[in-house]
Amino acid sequence: MSRPLTHDIELRVNGVRHRSSVESRRLLVHHLRETLGLTGTHVGCDSSNCGACTVLLDGVAVKSCTVFAVAADGADVLTVEGLATDGEMSPVQEGFRQCHGLQCGYCTPGMVVSATGLLLDNPEPTPAEIREGLEGNLCRCTGYQMIVESVRWAAEHGGPGPAAQAHAERATEAGLR
Amino acid sequence: MIPAGFEYLRADSLDHAAALLAERGDDAKLLAGGHSLIPLMKFRLAAPEALIDISRLAELRALEQVDGTLRLGAGLRYRDLEFSPLVREQLPLLAAAVASVGDRQVRARGTIGGAVVHGDPAADVPAVLLALDATMVLRGPGGQREVPASEFFVDFWETACAPDEVLVEIRVPALAGRRWGFEKFRQRSQDWATVGVAVQELPDGGHAVALVNMGPVPLRARGVEEALAGGAGAQAAAGRAADGTSPPADLRADATYRGHLAGVLTARALEQAGAGR
Repeated sequence: MSRPLTHDIELRVNGVRHRSSVESRRLLVHHLRETLGLTGTHVGCDSSNCGACTVLLDGVAVKSCTVFAVAADGADVLTVEGLATDGEMSPVQEGFRQCHGLQCGYCTPGMVVSATGLLLDNPEPTPAEIREGLEGNLCRCTGYQMIVESVRWAAEHGGPGPAAQAHAERATEAGLR
Repeated sequence: MIPAGFEYLRADSLDHAAALLAERGDDAKLLAGGHSLIPLMKFRLAAPEALIDISRLAELRALEQVDGTLRLGAGLRYRDLEFSPLVREQLPLLAAAVASVGDRQVRARGTIGGAVVHGDPAADVPAVLLALDATMVLRGPGGQREVPASEFFVDFWETACAPDEVLVEIRVPALAGRRWGFEKFRQRSQDWATVGVAVQELPDGGHAVALVNMGPVPLRARGVEEALAGGAGAQAAAGRAADGTSPPADLRADATYRGHLAGVLTARALEQAGAGR
């Protein structure tokens, strides 16, 4: 039996359209890292626990290790590389810098993208809401305290930032968010 | 972890999905949110020949109230229910339970229908639907049929949904203004419930009590319900939470500890629901 195992897909990633041929079993995280070279999105647990692979998919934070690239065909993706605007870090990125919200940095891209997704839904989260909102992201260094402070800093300095706002608005207009 | 190769088929309508499923039968699995299926495939516990992607079907995303019943499309994601004013108002127990599933990213992808047909006894939604006396609407080659939640969950990871059927919709009687309680014990905040308890006050003033992870399927705690109906207080009624259950033993807890948790959590959930005062 012939089994067509590859598919042509198109993704908009950080504002750029990419056409690729992917194996059906190709996971979005591997497609982003290995095919598109966007290695800011990390693979941690590879089992939808740690959140290191978090990206915004049509305006919502998801774990890209648990999405098939082919199933995301046509989607708009924002990765950590796409959060800055004209070389200026987004408020969340700046918040992690100001409040020292990282140590080794491995979980950081996922934390930053996940926090961005949280602020898109809830622009003024309380510290408790931040902790709950980031329960899908594990950090083994910081004890989370300064991560929570970083997200609070971002909420007080512009929230998710213009790139994420524009990304979310496109998804809302398309009825996907 | 890389899943085994499979053929990817995208359904463009419910009829198309049903036809593909009828054609491929046991070889195929439906892909909606994928948050139960993809991990199983990555661990190679599942290796379907084909996946039929139903995640884009608007027909599976109904969310409306018709007379006294909420119709919930099987393709609704947890997130859709969590943020739905209608669900929060009419089914606050369900809204609270879905808001506690996994974490925000998981709730952005996982679907209510997926949780139901996967039939994992550690999942919250099946037990809540049992307490809410929900009805599952299945579409297969012979047409559509309805199965009450009480008959739907057959065994561990096994439900009444046949390999050639699609779960289309879940119908739940609206219960605005009725009190409820939901408690679960987890080792980590995003974890599966070691044990969970859902309590719903019913229109006749009685209570439905259902248990998560106290057997191979979600269970009604009939002993607790009977005790409450007989006038028992919350603590005394909760003492019967483990009656007739067969809790699993695993790395999280042994059966005895699960029985203990069921009693403690039931007492708290009953109190939250104002039951047995």
